[in-house]
Amino acid sequence: MSLGWGLVAIVGLTLLTIITRGFFFLAEREWPMPDWLAQGLRYAPLAALAAVVAPEVVMLEGRLMPTWKDARLFAAAAGLAYFFWRREILGTIVAGTAVMITLRLGLGW
Amino acid sequence: MSGIAVGIGAWGLVTGMAMAQSGMGLPLALAMSLFVFAGSAQLATMPLIASGAPLWVVWATAACVNLRFVIFSASWRPYLIGLPFRQRLRIAYFTADLNYVMFMRRFPDPRPDARQLPYFWGGSLTNWGSWQLSSLSGIALADAIPAHWGIGFAGTLALLGLLASLLTTPAAWMAAVLAGTAAVAAYALPLKLNIVVAIAAAVAIGLLLERARPDLAARRR
Repeated sequence: MSLGWGLVAIVGLTLLTIITRGFFFLAEREWPMPDWLAQGLRYAPLAALAAVVAPEVVMLEGRLMPTWKDARLFAAAAGLAYFFWRREILGTIVAGTAVMITLRLGLGW
Repeated sequence: MSGIAVGIGAWGLVTGMAMAQSGMGLPLALAMSLFVFAGSAQLATMPLIASGAPLWVVWATAACVNLRFVIFSASWRPYLIGLPFRQRLRIAYFTADLNYVMFMRRFPDPRPDARQLPYFWGGSLTNWGSWQLSSLSGIALADAIPAHWGIGFAGTLALLGLLASLLTTPAAWMAAVLAGTAAVAAYALPLKLNIVVAIAAAVAIGLLLERARPDLAARRR
């Protein structure tokens, strides 16, 4: 990965921020949103999040984790448990990170 | 308001730390923080950028994560469409989640009003400033914390919480489980295409369930 390539990626991401946030008010003309699109829009964000998160949690160097003794599994489980208990994202991050640091420093997982 | 400030602060801090520990390097982490200004898209594309995925996969992933803004933009339209294009362009960059929620609460009536623009810019610039402050602090802080503590994982946890908050129907659960499984199963595909395959499969199953089993796709009230 070169610096120039990374900068091109970032310029594109910045444009995407502007285009998605202004999508329906940048164009003069009003476009009606078809039903199938509105429904698809509901699933695309959660699909993208799940697709990015799952490998980060259960994979190591391109393979399924060879051991269950990995702090990430327990940190993710703790985060999810906290979320479904309290419905709150900040606490999810704190609970998961606390488990992460405890296992990494305490047990070396 | 103090709750909101803590929220932005924590989210920015986590994003900053995750960027600094993702392996993308300090100049890119700084540029990303200062320009992109979309925390969840930044967190989601970070591992892709660090592993050198093709640009279109990076951009497609960010576009999907950002789709909620497309939906918000439809509600912004009646307030903003009378303004000149350049001004709308500037405004578009700043219409983040929080501004949306605050603005719509303050001006529930979808009509332009002279008090709206000052309110918008006051809120937006405060939001942008606090976001940058906390995100840059996160980048600086991550340098001081050893990588083996696994602090960078806080970014993944933030995305996990965001994902969990979207799982409001059985159909949403099924689509998410399918996306996660497909992304892992197809991991060996080149060019990070596993992400694309996973998104396509999950959106397809979501659309299918909306038609075949509307009971699973309906939000329980």
